[in-house]
Amino acid sequence: MVDITPADGIPPAEVAEVELYHPHSWWTKYVFSQDAKVIAIQYSATATGIGLVALVLSWLMRLQLGFPGTFDFITPEAYYQFITMHGMIMVIYLLTALFLGGFGNYLIPLMVGARDMVFPYVNMLSYWIYLLAVLVLVSSFFAPGGPTGAGWTLYPPQAIMSGTPGGQDWGIILMLSSLILFIIGFTMGGLNYVVTVLQGRTRGMTMMRLPLTVWGIFTATVMALLAFPALFVASVMMLLDRVLGTSFFMPAISEMGEQLQHNGGSPILFQHLFWFFGHPEVYIVALPAFGIVSDLISTHARKNIFGYRMMVWAIVGIGALSFVVWAHHMYVSGMHPYFGFFFATTTLIIAIPTAIKVYNWVLTLWRGDIHLTIPMLFALAFIVTFVNGGLTGLFLGNVVVDVPLSDTMFVVAHFHMVMGVAPILVVFGAIYHWYPKVTGRMLNEALGRFHFWVTFLGAYLIFFPMHYLGLMGVPRRYAELTDMTIMTESAHHLNSFISIMAFIVGFAQMVFLFNLIWSIRHGREAGGNPWRATTLEWQTPQTPPAHGNFGKDLPIVYRWAYDYSVPGAKEDFIPQNIPGSFGPSKEPA
Amino acid sequence: MSVILVFLLAIAGFVGWWLSHQRLTAKPWLEQGLAGDFVALDRSALPTAKIGLGVFLAVVGCLFALFTSAYFMRMAVSDWQPLPLPRLLWFNTGVLVLSSIALQCASVAARRGQLDTVRLGLATAGLTALAFLVGQLMAWRQLTEDGYLLSSNPANSFFYLITGMHGLHIVGGLVGLGRTTAGAWNGARPERLRLGVELCAMYWHFLLFVWLAIFALLAGWAATFIDICRQLLT
Repeated sequence: MVDITPADGIPPAEVAEVELYHPHSWWTKYVFSQDAKVIAIQYSATATGIGLVALVLSWLMRLQLGFPGTFDFITPEAYYQFITMHGMIMVIYLLTALFLGGFGNYLIPLMVGARDMVFPYVNMLSYWIYLLAVLVLVSSFFAPGGPTGAGWTLYPPQAIMSGTPGGQDWGIILMLSSLILFIIGFTMGGLNYVVTVLQGRTRGMTMMRLPLTVWGIFTATVMALLAFPALFVASVMMLLDRVLGTSFFMPAISEMGEQLQHNGGSPILFQHLFWFFGHPEVYIVALPAFGIVSDLISTHARKNIFGYRMMVWAIVGIGALSFVVWAHHMYVSGMHPYFGFFFATTTLIIAIPTAIKVYNWVLTLWRGDIHLTIPMLFALAFIVTFVNGGLTGLFLGNVVVDVPLSDTMFVVAHFHMVMGVAPILVVFGAIYHWYPKVTGRMLNEALGRFHFWVTFLGAYLIFFPMHYLGLMGVPRRYAELTDMTIMTESAHHLNSFISIMAFIVGFAQMVFLFNLIWSIRHGREAGGNPWRATTLEWQTPQTPPAHGNFGKDLPIVYRWAYDYSVPGAKEDFIPQNIPGSFGPSKEPA
Repeated sequence: MSVILVFLLAIAGFVGWWLSHQRLTAKPWLEQGLAGDFVALDRSALPTAKIGLGVFLAVVGCLFALFTSAYFMRMAVSDWQPLPLPRLLWFNTGVLVLSSIALQCASVAARRGQLDTVRLGLATAGLTALAFLVGQLMAWRQLTEDGYLLSSNPANSFFYLITGMHGLHIVGGLVGLGRTTAGAWNGARPERLRLGVELCAMYWHFLLFVWLAIFALLAGWAATFIDICRQLLT
């Protein structure tokens, strides 16, 4: 036990008070607000709204796959458009925006003990540019020719040719413009998240006392700031290829018997740029989820997180490694065997820090006082799902296994498990966990449990059978599977089953949305700290926290974020801003 | 992709250096109290805005490193025909250097509290930066008149793309410089003005560095340099 309070008493808090911006009207308070909490809600609402569009698109795809030929309006072109927009929206406009723009904005200032983000005006601009990006994206649904159908990876040359929906119409132009806007907006927000963690921390909040949620979001933001420029460069260059006829990516190619003016461009160059962004993107979504789930497990198991240091190192290690694995998405593009060997090795090495994290979560649960609250259920479901999706990642990381499986449903099942379902389960858990802080009321318990079980079991019933379909050789990206010899009758039945489950799971999300809205007024009063948690956001004088977060004086931090069930303490949790020592905390083995 | 990887390695080195000062081996579960011995760990003494700009410049650096990577990869295809760089670019380079020097002078003067020199430096920097932009546009025009169109060869495409991207960053910088200059005339608080001038100087020096790097790239010297490096390695 080390009490490191200086002997001559506590020096006065030297936290420089920032000049807090004060809203003067309804508009500047709720619409053009510079308060990170309002911006967080705006981000989350917009992301949820566009996410619903992507959910409907997935239903439409499942209609076609489960019941081929029944729905005339789903032409192959429309199917490609659905698949493209579903992927792009879910990965970028929903998950990235929700984790960083939503949770990042709400939790970073509160958890580090700041009054607001360090550049509130830039933060506000970030949201409005994001909204503009979403609107441009949505507008492509109404443009002549419809949205692009190039697949979410937008591979040239097909992405900008007339055979692809939107390729020679507005679709691809709007898609690329929307991405460019998104990246500009995100960079503005990302600067805020990083610099607030660096400079906004209150007195006593050293980096090694930050809750893992903040570590996860912080590292993910640093990665995003370095990875998104690659997508930016690729988008700008493809836009020039499409609009001004340059040949960055477009090789000499003829279309309908006519030679196009492009010459010599390299489609592989695009793939390198895209996946240089695309792989870190997986961890940009996963790291905040890792961080949040650590806090959920610790709080709801009433036990300190096991191996805090190791968790921090693993987050940083995963972040660094994820920049040198991108070409494992390109095994089938043809590459030198030594390159394949290199990227397979780096890919499999990532399993080490990830496994450390999984062990630490499980060891945190070990002999904990587990409360099966809804956030805890979602956290547990996340661990299972993430392990499951991660294991198939070990298959696909190997070149020889990846090549035959690459274009099958196996890959679809893998990435939906690991970066679709797993992070979304954390999003739900986090919403059930922090909703009482945001609104002051609890979400309805019964509806929440219904939502959890249907979502968790349903998602398994959707994606688990897909592995089998993939191993059978059922290809992905095909709008029509009816006449293929591999599509046995049982495979067709399985497809129909998956589609029905997709509808049921989607319906459960409507229940969740209803719960979100209904509980704002009718939920049970939560009080300031319903989960009896230690981190600073639960110690605010008001709930929901007022503008400026912490009343007159900023909190001072005396301990790490995980003092649960400390022997000798009166309660089973000691908030971070409570001074004094209470006997030895448990030292991890 | 080697250029961007080298760039990221540099960033990783810096991040590693910073992390190594954050007591990553601490055992926070054993330490209670104010961490009074580690006040330095709370936050950096640098102004927050400077750190923000530093992070932004890392992102901008990443962007140009990626353009450079793409440039080298595309260059390897046989249809690449380098274009002759207009001599005007040398003049533009000189103007941009002048702009950077003027801001450096303004920054030194702001530290000493000499308002007149600050104003002179800011105005000179703004005008020279505008002159640089005009010069770049004239270089573009000269090239198009000589038949080096955007889409006729990838070397031309990259030339317009990279110089255009650099020019856009200068335009963005001019917005900040304009605000600082307006503050210098309208009596902004001295410490605020000083910070503003220092931020502008930092951004300008960085963009000058980027310009020198892409000038070397477009002129073909960078490729020669990398060839030499490659030969040394093999």
